[in-house]
Amino acid sequence: MSGTDWLGRICCAAVGVIAGLAFAGTAWAQELKIGVMAVLSGPQAILGSQLRDGFMLGVKHAGGKLGGLTTTVTVQDDELKPDVAVGKVKQLIERDKVDFVVGPVFSNILLAIQRPVTEAKVFLISPNAGPSPLAGKGCDPYFFVTSYQNDQPPEVLGKYAQDKGYKKAFLLAPNYQAGKDMIGGFKKHFKGEIADEVYTPLGQLDFSAELARIAAAKPDAFFVFMPGGMGVNLVKQYRQAGLEKIPFLSVFTVDESTLPAQQDAAVGFLSGMTWAPDANTPENKRFVADFEKAYGYVPGSYAMQAYDAAQLIGSAVKAVGGNLADKHALRAAIRKADFKSVRGAFRFNSNGYPIQDFYLVKVAKRADGKYQTEIVQKIFQDYADDHAADCPLK
Amino acid sequence: MSATLFVVQVLNGLQLGILLFLVAAGLTLVFGVMDFINLAHGVQYMLGAYLAVMLYTLTGSALASIALTLPASLVAGLVLEVLVFRHLYGRHHLEQVLATFGVILFLNQAVKIVWGPAPLNMPPPDFLAGSIPLMEGLRYPVYRFAIMAAGLAVAVALYLGITSTRAGMLVRAGATNAPMVCALGVDIRRLFTIVFGCGAMLAGFAGAMVAPILSVEPGMGDQILILAFVVIVIGGIGSILGAFISALLVGIIDTLGRSFATDVLRLFLSPSAARIIGPALASMTIYLLMAAVLAVRPAGLFPARRRA
Repeated sequence: MSGTDWLGRICCAAVGVIAGLAFAGTAWAQELKIGVMAVLSGPQAILGSQLRDGFMLGVKHAGGKLGGLTTTVTVQDDELKPDVAVGKVKQLIERDKVDFVVGPVFSNILLAIQRPVTEAKVFLISPNAGPSPLAGKGCDPYFFVTSYQNDQPPEVLGKYAQDKGYKKAFLLAPNYQAGKDMIGGFKKHFKGEIADEVYTPLGQLDFSAELARIAAAKPDAFFVFMPGGMGVNLVKQYRQAGLEKIPFLSVFTVDESTLPAQQDAAVGFLSGMTWAPDANTPENKRFVADFEKAYGYVPGSYAMQAYDAAQLIGSAVKAVGGNLADKHALRAAIRKADFKSVRGAFRFNSNGYPIQDFYLVKVAKRADGKYQTEIVQKIFQDYADDHAADCPLK
Repeated sequence: MSATLFVVQVLNGLQLGILLFLVAAGLTLVFGVMDFINLAHGVQYMLGAYLAVMLYTLTGSALASIALTLPASLVAGLVLEVLVFRHLYGRHHLEQVLATFGVILFLNQAVKIVWGPAPLNMPPPDFLAGSIPLMEGLRYPVYRFAIMAAGLAVAVALYLGITSTRAGMLVRAGATNAPMVCALGVDIRRLFTIVFGCGAMLAGFAGAMVAPILSVEPGMGDQILILAFVVIVIGGIGSILGAFISALLVGIIDTLGRSFATDVLRLFLSPSAARIIGPALASMTIYLLMAAVLAVRPAGLFPARRRA
């Protein structure tokens, strides 16, 4: 045994020990931190609860380890106030040092938090809001959407009304930007006559005046966007006024967040979505069954999209072997969307918005007495939004 | 716009007005007699609706639940009175606003914790569940006529109670000059408790009555509170007659504005401009009405309190 050989062995061992220590060190630090931001107070809190519960179920299904890393989730209530949301998202980034921000429900909050998050090189996954400014020229490499582009759900109903040969439609929405966007989305594919286009003040309680106008206009179809409690009131009053002979086409008006209050009044009413709780995939059956068992209510699209966001993060973290520092590789892995979405086929477009199928869905009462939407027919296949062409990303 | 549609819309306006009166009556009593700004009146209305839904699931009868909501909201109102409001009488209005706003935040969050954030629902009583045809293709729920009947009954009962009973006389006296009533040896505290209890019951009753037609959800009282304040300011604070007439005015003007503003504007504007300006104008009409009334009569149409 020569001297150098002996020295070499010691060196080798030392390197091994140091490497081992270093490895143990990184493994110790290897933890995935996620901030979830959703509206959890005020009248819209039900949507935020769906989002949070869906995401938490995704983490639970991964055994608390998305992509193999121990996952800590910090939940923040944005109170549906942009200034509050910006303050809290900065806390998530600077104090909690999160690797991902998941949220929010509403587009105006998303537009407020997008820059603070992505400029800090933190990935922002939106499980619901899909505003057009971030889909076109303003697209962002650190931003991905697991829901849809906001224009698309009303386009489903417009296409359906056109294919069905309806000649005259009556349109109703609250008087704010989203209301006008939804009406615009409906009109994209619907080329028939617009009997009238009515905008009501946000938060209106009683729709008697509008219902009388609908009856007087005698349209072939009625298209409406009336989210939350307004939708509950409208649907009950529409049914009580005996207008249900006019086909009721809607977006975000009859869904799993409002059906517990609308109940029988909404049965048979139509909506447009990428999924429904009865979607026939094994992943979806497990998701819906476990969700209802854990939280005691029927999941809506808000929960489904958040669940998929958790799966998306898991798939990307796994693909980069837990190395969260290499943002470039992490982005490439997210972009691949290498996970099984509960809704079926799902991939990302160049702008970080999904390309997916859209369905006409209908409200039904289940055998157990609960209410849910169910898929009627596919309206769009592999449908991408129009804004992606303006996005410089590849 | 046809004559039938116009008549239907006037009816809708009356119905909205009576609904507003149910909420505003309690508010104007408490404000007028006790000089107490109760912003929490809206959440008491919300609480009434939640209690009605809860009592409905317990009893299975909508009628019984609406009847039981009255004592339940009286109890809830008196608990609030003892815990919070009693300490605010005679204090500065801003302090009352601050404290009762706190009650709004607290109760909105509390109902969410107890009943969950999702909107709730209850059906109307069975014998009122039908509807009658009003015009071609439009039916009118019988229950809405029941709301109008209930509102009118409350209006008559309050009017008689205030004009021809001893308690009513004290209430009128209190609204006009509370220190003088006190000086004459009337237990003003007891009077206040009675008035506040009536106000709480009226708010709870309004909430229970609307539960079958509106969605019962956290924050449902906030929207109607603003309208109720508009009503009592136009009507004259403390005046039941004023609240009644102004509620009907607000209901009809708001409904007609929403129904016809766009069509009227179309007569002299391009359709797209009318479509943008119409809804904006429609949501302003009642505030324009309030501004106009206050410009001519700063104390409202029928002021109860006359100060030198």
